[in-house]
Amino acid sequence: MTVFLVVSVYPLWWSFVMGSRSNADFGLQWPPLLPGGRFWENVSVVLESIPFWKALGNSVLISGIITISVVSFSTLAGYAFAKLRFKGRNGLMVFVVATLAVPTQLGIIPLFMLMRQWGWTGEIGAVIVPTLVTAFGVFFMRQYLVDVIPDELIEAARVDGASMFKTFWHVGVPAARPAMAILSLFTFMTAWTDYLWPLLVLNNSNPTLQTALSQLQSAHYVDYSVVLAGAVLATIPLLVLFIAAGKQLIAGIMQGAVKG
Amino acid sequence: MTSTMTPHGSLSDGPEPEPPPRGASAGGTRRPWRHRLSRLDTKASPYLYVAPFFILFGLVGLFPLVYTFFVSLFNWKLLKGQGDFVGFDNYVKVLGDEYFWNSLFNTASIFLLSAIPQLVAAVFIAAVLDQNIRAKTFWRMSVLLPYVVTPAAVALIFSNMFGEQYGLINNILQNFGLDPIMWKSETLPSHIAIATMVNWRWTGYNALILLAAMQSVPRELHESAQLDGAGPVRRFLSVTLPGIRPTMIFVIITATVGGLQIFVEPRLFDSSGSTPGGSQRQFQTTVLYLWEMAFQRQNFGQASAIAWILFFIIVGVGVLNFFLSKSIATAEAKVGATRRRRREGAQK
Repeated sequence: MTVFLVVSVYPLWWSFVMGSRSNADFGLQWPPLLPGGRFWENVSVVLESIPFWKALGNSVLISGIITISVVSFSTLAGYAFAKLRFKGRNGLMVFVVATLAVPTQLGIIPLFMLMRQWGWTGEIGAVIVPTLVTAFGVFFMRQYLVDVIPDELIEAARVDGASMFKTFWHVGVPAARPAMAILSLFTFMTAWTDYLWPLLVLNNSNPTLQTALSQLQSAHYVDYSVVLAGAVLATIPLLVLFIAAGKQLIAGIMQGAVKG
Repeated sequence: MTSTMTPHGSLSDGPEPEPPPRGASAGGTRRPWRHRLSRLDTKASPYLYVAPFFILFGLVGLFPLVYTFFVSLFNWKLLKGQGDFVGFDNYVKVLGDEYFWNSLFNTASIFLLSAIPQLVAAVFIAAVLDQNIRAKTFWRMSVLLPYVVTPAAVALIFSNMFGEQYGLINNILQNFGLDPIMWKSETLPSHIAIATMVNWRWTGYNALILLAAMQSVPRELHESAQLDGAGPVRRFLSVTLPGIRPTMIFVIITATVGGLQIFVEPRLFDSSGSTPGGSQRQFQTTVLYLWEMAFQRQNFGQASAIAWILFFIIVGVGVLNFFLSKSIATAEAKVGATRRRRREGAQK
């Protein structure tokens, strides 16, 4: 286990160590184990060479909006598939499951043409729109809600005269909350780590954190310590999220396995 | 729609429920209207709830994919736009293009180098975590840590570690008197390096999925196997592994869909050259080639053909995986059953 711990943690630690030293230390025979004192210096070079704060803001905004949209629509649709009876339900659900494995990333060419036609290239809207919904989200919420809400509860609310939406709001949503939290985490992370599409539709002055990192690499391809300082800096937001919500993340991964 | 909860709800649960009176003003003449409204609500709501998903998914997920096929039938350039209809010419060109086959080879090689060791390591880690160890959450979190480092950051970190001149790994190799390995300019080493990035980020994640599956294998099975005299290794092979097979299939299929579309890691592994994927295209994957074709050579027609061929490969490999694992599972179940029967017969 200790071996795995080292393998797991060391690359990150190494980049912090090297990111806090000067470029010359890359020539050392044995890799140093302790950080040097140049981390903030390197960070300031990072901040000068890429629009870091703007990229951070963009990433937060993009991932936030995508998360809200995916979770809302998935909860709605997942609830309908799990608990409501309607014609065509099974057929539509099969469609959702079938699209789980469809690599939609391969549709980038028409999507790019569409964004150009709308004049959205360079705008963060172009990054947000293609992932407003996911088949995985619908599937995940459906699997969760199908067991967790007793049918009698919905019937009782309906009998009491609650409208469909009110029933959803007062019975469905409270029951769905744990799954919504997990789905939020995963959607946020997926949106946050996305690279190909933002690289295509955004430009250097209005990047996400991930595409800004690649700018950093091409601008400082000789200054490794700056690049590594940037990589560490860009990892901090998710690291904070991980420390705060790591338990839920683990629970989510393990639950998804059993449910899926 | 407004609705006040009233205590006089109808208890019938038939196909046409009595509309409950709502609000004080609901007079006798308004009842049918409310009745109809409530039925409309019941009938239409499910469709309204699933509609946003299907409309948005159709528009930004499915439509572009289908339209890619349309584009692939034309001479289509980034700037000039739609040109002449050429039928399947683009496909013929792509299939006769050595760079395409090169990219396919690289994708397959990187995929195998990442999928197989990753799966083995993940099963192993999961098996260790499945033992009753102390500080459970700590170990789980440390295994998952790489997953929160974004692929772009992973690529930057590892392309430095695998640097040919001052990279961490070559430095260490040289300390032991070994020759440095040309991680970037040679084909196989570059594939290993890229596969390492994928493995580093995903092994822990998959281990947790497999761990969950292992924990859902009934303990009684282990206990009865133990009573039958099966040692830990034997129990792992005959109880745990068959128990987690469905989850393994799930992991393999997910890894396939992701692995065949690998982009970030090779893209950022060496960005000094002008061709994405190495100066000799030694680690240019198919999605990278698609990217080059579409946005550097600006040939949308051929790029779309690449996209569709890749689409079929991904779906095909997924389906193949599924049936292969399924038939293995049934074959083994049969063997297991005969073995059991034989053993039971011997005991009599």
